[in-house]
Amino acid sequence: MHELSVAESIVTIIKENTDGGDAKVSAVRVRIGELAGVIPESLEFCFSAITAGTSLEGSRLEIERTAIVCHCEACGTDSTVNGLVFRCPRCHGPHITITSGNELQVVEIEIDD
Amino acid sequence: MAVVTIERKVLQKNDELAQENRELFARNGTYVINLVSSPGSGKTSLLEKTLAQLKDRIKIAVVEGDVQTDLDAQRVAKFDVPVVQIVTNGGCHLEAKLVQDALSNLRLEGLDLLVIENVGNLVCPAGYDLGEAIKIVVASTTEGDDKPLKYPAMFRNASVLIINKIDLVPYVNCNLAELRENALQINPHLTVFETSCTTGAGIKEWSDWLLAQTGKH
Ligand SMILES: Nc1nc2c(ncn2[C@@H]2O[C@H](COP(=O)(O)OP(=O)(O)OP(=O)(O)O)[C@@H](O)[C@H]2O)c(=O)[nH]1
Ligand SMILES: [Mg+2]
Ligand SMILES: [Zn+2]
Repeated sequence: MHELSVAESIVTIIKENTDGGDAKVSAVRVRIGELAGVIPESLEFCFSAITAGTSLEGSRLEIERTAIVCHCEACGTDSTVNGLVFRCPRCHGPHITITSGNELQVVEIEIDD
Repeated sequence: MAVVTIERKVLQKNDELAQENRELFARNGTYVINLVSSPGSGKTSLLEKTLAQLKDRIKIAVVEGDVQTDLDAQRVAKFDVPVVQIVTNGGCHLEAKLVQDALSNLRLEGLDLLVIENVGNLVCPAGYDLGEAIKIVVASTTEGDDKPLKYPAMFRNASVLIINKIDLVPYVNCNLAELRENALQINPHLTVFETSCTTGAGIKEWSDWLLAQTGKH
């Protein structure tokens, strides 16, 4: 549902980086972690809906997904969190920091000249 | 063709405003909680019970987020505490900017506790920092015991889980132990309370804990 406001924020960021938007943006690359709570298909839909009829119409939204990765404070292991079990797979300790998986970033844009 | 590197958080604006809110709260010594849940889990009911426990002991104010109405704000206003309504007009979550605007209608000076009731939704509010000290997720027994697994981001970002409507356990398909276990699997650091707004069970434990967090007692 909030994919709409996420799409609006992406458009704002694109505009800020293209001096208001006369350049032809052919693609926007975004990075979305598995834990970011954003559904890619829904974001794609919202992005094309709000860019229709604007200078961004037809720009491709390319979504890169990142897995949930954690770092264990106890044993130092970095591992992927599988099946939503937020414990260190090696020592089973609960003291982990999520080092990747929360991302919701605009990585780069591609401009046709 | 040119590639412009940006590497920016999509919600960076919101994070910046949330940080401004957080600094404002810190300057005033106000402890702020962000109450989140599915629609109808009992956020407002819990708030009413909590106000009955605490409103004469510390200074409390409430920000009510609602998609359409001010019904919850009316319920809260009966307790004679300052309440500001934010109507999101269809928006499925509160954002830091909306809270910041609402704050202009509140006196933070001398305020011990600010409770923000978010829009009923377990997905969208997870990503939007409002500047709160902690997020509190309410899950009620009528929703079943699998919610933490279906909405991991929310349970991961919360510090407290309140399992509400425990009076209904005999009538619904919800295993409390299972619910707790699922939540702790997502977030082993959750502090868990079990409450019923109908019988009053667990309300005192929860209110005392909250009072202790504000550091005013
Ligand atoms: N049996 C029972 N009913 C409860 C309990 N807590 C709340 N309710 C009922 O559940 C319904 C919804 O409660 P609210 O407090 O309005 O829930 P909410 O989370 O604020 O709802 P929204 O703001 O609309 O998302 C009301 O009819 C309450 O009376 C409880 O502990 N037990
Ligand atoms: Mg409510
Ligand atoms: Zn470990």
